[in-house]
Amino acid sequence: MKNRIVVVAAAAIFAVAAATLAAPAAEKLKVGFIYLGPVGDFGWTYQHEIGRQNLVKALGDKIDTTYLENVNEGPDSERSIEQLARTGHKLIFTTSFGYMDPTIKVAAKYPKVDFEHATGFKRAANVSTYSGRFYEGRYIQGMIAAKMSKTGVLGYIVSFPIPEVISGINATILGAQTVNPNIKVKIIWVSTWFDPGKEADAAKALADQGADVLMQHTDSPAAMQIAAQRGIYAFGQDSDMIKFGPKSQLTAIIDNWAPYYIQRTNDVLNDSWKSTDTWGGLKSTLVVMAPYTNMPDDVKKLASDTEAAIKAGTLHPFKCPVVDQDGKTVECKGGDHLDDGQILSMNFYVKGVDDKIPGK
Amino acid sequence: MIAVALTLATVAVLFAIIGKNPIEALDVYFLEPLLDPFSLGEIVVKATPLVMIAIGLSLCYIANVWNIGAEGQFLVGAVAGSWLAVRTNGTDAGYWVLPAMLVLGTLAGALYALIPAICKVRFGASEILTSLMLVYVAYYGMDYLVRGPWRDPKGLNFPTTAPFDPVATLPPLFEGSRVHSGTLIALMVVMLIAVMLGRTIMGFEIRLVGAAPKAAGFSGFNADRLVLFTFAISGALAGLAGIIEVAGPIGYLQPDISPGYGFTAIIVAFLGRLNPIGILIAGFFLALTFIGGENAEIAMKVPLDLTKVFQGILLFYVLACDSMIAYRVRLIRGVRKAVPANA
Repeated sequence: MKNRIVVVAAAAIFAVAAATLAAPAAEKLKVGFIYLGPVGDFGWTYQHEIGRQNLVKALGDKIDTTYLENVNEGPDSERSIEQLARTGHKLIFTTSFGYMDPTIKVAAKYPKVDFEHATGFKRAANVSTYSGRFYEGRYIQGMIAAKMSKTGVLGYIVSFPIPEVISGINATILGAQTVNPNIKVKIIWVSTWFDPGKEADAAKALADQGADVLMQHTDSPAAMQIAAQRGIYAFGQDSDMIKFGPKSQLTAIIDNWAPYYIQRTNDVLNDSWKSTDTWGGLKSTLVVMAPYTNMPDDVKKLASDTEAAIKAGTLHPFKCPVVDQDGKTVECKGGDHLDDGQILSMNFYVKGVDDKIPGK
Repeated sequence: MIAVALTLATVAVLFAIIGKNPIEALDVYFLEPLLDPFSLGEIVVKATPLVMIAIGLSLCYIANVWNIGAEGQFLVGAVAGSWLAVRTNGTDAGYWVLPAMLVLGTLAGALYALIPAICKVRFGASEILTSLMLVYVAYYGMDYLVRGPWRDPKGLNFPTTAPFDPVATLPPLFEGSRVHSGTLIALMVVMLIAVMLGRTIMGFEIRLVGAAPKAAGFSGFNADRLVLFTFAISGALAGLAGIIEVAGPIGYLQPDISPGYGFTAIIVAFLGRLNPIGILIAGFFLALTFIGGENAEIAMKVPLDLTKVFQGILLFYVLACDSMIAYRVRLIRGVRKAVPANA
């Protein structure tokens, strides 16, 4: 027994020495990622992982990436972020809203490390924020959905009543109303970002209530799979989910993080990184629409024309006047459309939504 | 020792299969975290709630009372204490806030644990089931509060309360570390419980009722009273751990405050053989595997699943070796066939 301990101890010491000696001669920039879900969720985290992989493809000879997956948004996240910061990672992407305060806390302790927090609103000299204008894609989806629905009822599965989700619901309705002013949308709050079982139950309930086009603001392909089973339509969320519903997917909103990750990493490599607030949409290709499938050509044309108009800036999903649920016209701060601040803090439903914002 | 050796062997094979150096893995897992002040601090932060909950649970389990709902008592304690923090937020309330929060959390945890205890004593309901079910009640109750009435008005509808004021947070013990005074409270609790178990009538009663309920009954000990007592103590400690976690490392209330501490503590209690010092070591050890696992994810780029497998194998071997030491396995040839009763 004693011998074994000696062997293990000796081996361990040897390993430490070896590790120290093997320290890389050419310093590569270390880039870290903190993920909320498993890399295989086929939704939110999966797209960030795709972004990381493309980053490696683009700059692999200059950088070294690390990721931590399934990081709980509670007491563990601050430690996980700090673990990356103290192990020499100079650029760290924290990819979920719940990491906001922990990111700010760790950033204060490591002023020489640059942090990028997705979807948050707190920034610092070394903390940037970035997110996508997903509402632009939602507007197009609303139009397609209204065209394709025979029952005139859409099903919408949502996670939490944060502005990003609420502006998504509103954009969908506004898009749908341009096609069918009497369109109805049924909303189910599942209070989770990733729970395939719950999402599937919600999708079934919506289908049972007559919804024949499903959309979701949650991360798994569960709704798509239910739509495929029931022979109805659905939209992919975060990533192209066509393989989960080859006959059901109309299109998908794809989060395309790679260009942003590559650009920000380059900024660090060139010493030109600055704290910024990036909010990219269809035009900057941070949001990309999957191919328009399973629809007639006129709907396809309507969708791609709308996409082109949004890209060109001639169409804004929240163009004024925007009327809220109670029939009041919302103040128009952005000239002929709502300004970014109003969209980023959106906490009201537009006219035609038959639901109440939870907790309001 | 055999357990550790077996684990090392199995894991070495696993690492070799996926093409990583097993010796380096063990170093990253078990040595580095212990040699590095930051990791050591994080282990302590992680172990604090585990030890505090497990020590309370051990009293129940020694007395053969099964409190499975420590997670719920943890959450209720966190919520009750946070109530005061939310109420006094932004006011010039003085230094009484934090101690009052700790007391509230402790009391709430105890009261919440008394529900299944009273159901058992009064109606004979299984405390395993009722205490477990109350976890979900506590979770969704808290979820409602942080999404509804307690939501930070400036938080853009995100489900968190406003950050607690400085008078409502536990300061770190050392600059730049997350180790907080809750750790000292946990150590004190361990000592108190150790003394109580070993040196007082109450401790004797707990051990006796667990070991020989009939004998305890004959000697006049009241088993019902003991159910209430052990549940109240374990609930109080879980509640205290809850409010310490919120007022310490987190700093505000949100739906995700516990990565299953209340359940992991059950493992800690048994891994520590229901012995206060054993639990202290077990809590530290389990925390070490978490931190070591994360180190391995960063340093060796191994997937999270492998670190989970590592933990699982370790616990499996420890418990299996335990049984192998306590019992001898004998292969018996030609076991008699069961004979029908009326033959």
